[in-house]
Amino acid sequence: MSLIEITEVKKRFGDNEVLKGINIDVDPGEVIAIIGKSGSGKSTLLRCINGLETPDEGTISVAGAQLAPDELHLKALRLKVGMIFQQFNLFPHLSAGRNVMLSQMVVRKTPKAEAEMMAKKMLDRVGLGHKFDAYPDQLSGGQQQRVAIARALAMQPIALLCDEITSALDPELVNEVLAVVKELASEGMTLLMVTHEMRFARDVCSRVVFMHLGRVHEIGPPSEVFSNPQTPELKQFLGMQH
Amino acid sequence: MNDFTTWDIVRNLLLAARWTILLSIVSFIGGSAVAGLLLLLRIGKSKAGRVFARTYIEIFQGTPLLMQLFLAFFGLGLFGVDVPAWLAAGLALILWTAAFLTEIWRGCVESVTKGQWEASSSLGMGYLQQMRYVILPQALRVAVPPTVGFSVQVVKGTALTSIIGFVELSKAGTMVTNATFEPFTVYGVVALIYFALCWPLSKSSQILERKLNVAHRNH
Amino acid sequence: MTYVFDYEWVFEYWPVLLKGIGITVELTLVGGVLGISLGVFCAWVRSLGPTWARPVVTAYVEMIRNTPFLIQLFFIFFGLPALGVRMTELQAANLAMVINLGAYSCEIVRAGIQATHAGQFEAGASLGMSRIQTFWYVVLVPALQRIWPALSSQVVIVMLGSAAVSQIAAEDLTFAANFIQSRTFRAFEAYFVSTLIYLALAITLRQLLRGLGWTLFPKRTVR
Repeated sequence: MSLIEITEVKKRFGDNEVLKGINIDVDPGEVIAIIGKSGSGKSTLLRCINGLETPDEGTISVAGAQLAPDELHLKALRLKVGMIFQQFNLFPHLSAGRNVMLSQMVVRKTPKAEAEMMAKKMLDRVGLGHKFDAYPDQLSGGQQQRVAIARALAMQPIALLCDEITSALDPELVNEVLAVVKELASEGMTLLMVTHEMRFARDVCSRVVFMHLGRVHEIGPPSEVFSNPQTPELKQFLGMQH
Repeated sequence: MNDFTTWDIVRNLLLAARWTILLSIVSFIGGSAVAGLLLLLRIGKSKAGRVFARTYIEIFQGTPLLMQLFLAFFGLGLFGVDVPAWLAAGLALILWTAAFLTEIWRGCVESVTKGQWEASSSLGMGYLQQMRYVILPQALRVAVPPTVGFSVQVVKGTALTSIIGFVELSKAGTMVTNATFEPFTVYGVVALIYFALCWPLSKSSQILERKLNVAHRNH
Repeated sequence: MTYVFDYEWVFEYWPVLLKGIGITVELTLVGGVLGISLGVFCAWVRSLGPTWARPVVTAYVEMIRNTPFLIQLFFIFFGLPALGVRMTELQAANLAMVINLGAYSCEIVRAGIQATHAGQFEAGASLGMSRIQTFWYVVLVPALQRIWPALSSQVVIVMLGSAAVSQIAAEDLTFAANFIQSRTFRAFEAYFVSTLIYLALAITLRQLLRGLGWTLFPKRTVR
């Protein structure tokens, strides 16, 4: 059974139908890249998976449990699926370490000492152990994003959703973040990434999903999708990228 | 009739200013407490609560403070209670202050970016937890300058309580003028004392605002 | 003890109320137009005007913003005659309103002016506009558009604050309420009705100013 099952998901904002029936199954350990033009619904799809948006039709199930929009189900879901944002969204009034500790203590009710140990461990994992007491405004964009990854990892999720996590970074900082993600992938973390980093997608991902105007247009391993685009839309999109 | 020295006048007024200060502090603290409750209603989940808070704010911000003082003074008297001026003054000022502080604080909560809500909910936090650990700490920081700024309005508002008979600085000014027939000097000194009370608060608010903006620029 | 509310007096005293409303409206109009004009002038002095004049304006603004309107009123009406300046209640009330709003609008307009990008000045100059033209078209009008909501709020606040002029016997709405109360002994009803009228005035004024903003500044292109 797949880890994440997305079945016939539809979503509209007002008159605009952003998702027109999405079907994807994600197996454990898969690294999926979701690519496509702006407005193709990529971010909306990701946000449906962790409940930030509610699908109008269709179902999503994570680890066998179906999504329901009530508080209890959403909370249980978010303990399993973490999200990293384009704008990092670190809590500016807390140090890096406390950022990573907060939801462990508040949501999982972990005692402070244990949470602190986990926070140190996670920050080490992303290469920022020495920045435990630094505040977000003292960190570079790349460092902030890595702290955000550590923060999500501290909740021990079974999957991570990455919403254009390098798009807001200066080019020279992108690699440090992608390096962390690559390591997570090699350790077997299930990842769904909306990304524009085509080279990364080719190197690290097990499957690529090309979305166009709210539908999955093409889906397959990178070797096929990138070298052998089937549809004109994908051909055009890839032409744009090179 | 005695000749009043300027010092007599100043001393008299300074003594009365104590009541201005006391009333200001009571109104500000009381108003903050009420504003805290109103804020929870105003941004809360209950529609009835939101409507009540909005209506309350509309009424207290849309009518003169002087009228509110009159209504408090004469209104409470209807219930057979003999209302002393200080009680009506305090009550009216507390309710009035609360309306303005609620709006100021609501603006501060709404200024916290949506991303903070999304990040904290993605980490599994519920509404109360989000407010307590993520949103309110940030909103509080932003709220300090305008809240300090509003305290100036509270001090100035106490002047109107003289009209319903509460003896504070303005009332003392009127009484001293009637005794000395020196309105220029007396009201001049009154103005200076109010200035001495208000200006430090105004300035602090400006300084705090500037410090806040500098801190934010690093994002 | 039950209190019987009695509003019959409204039918007898409505001319008094009407006159009071008229005076309040007049004070707001005069205070609004002249006060904002004074505010614009002061804002210009503080941001782009002669350096020697700036401390003078700053002193005026700080003095007004840090003292109660009531005291400013008393100072003008009771204090100035000691210097030989005499005026009627209404003149004093109007003057106090103008001076009060002038100080507050100076700060509001100044914030709007300072939000003008430096590039705008340079654009105006390079297009051959005179300094006055640049100030008017490139700086002031966009600034006013930017701060119109804040300015409108302040006008409403000043209108509500005008209730204090009743204390120097200017015959505004509050004075009317006091008058009625002293004749009918229906204090609560008199003040209650007046408060409702003030509320209606405030709401109407806010809507009018909003509409005025739309007519004066048809396109929201200023950021």
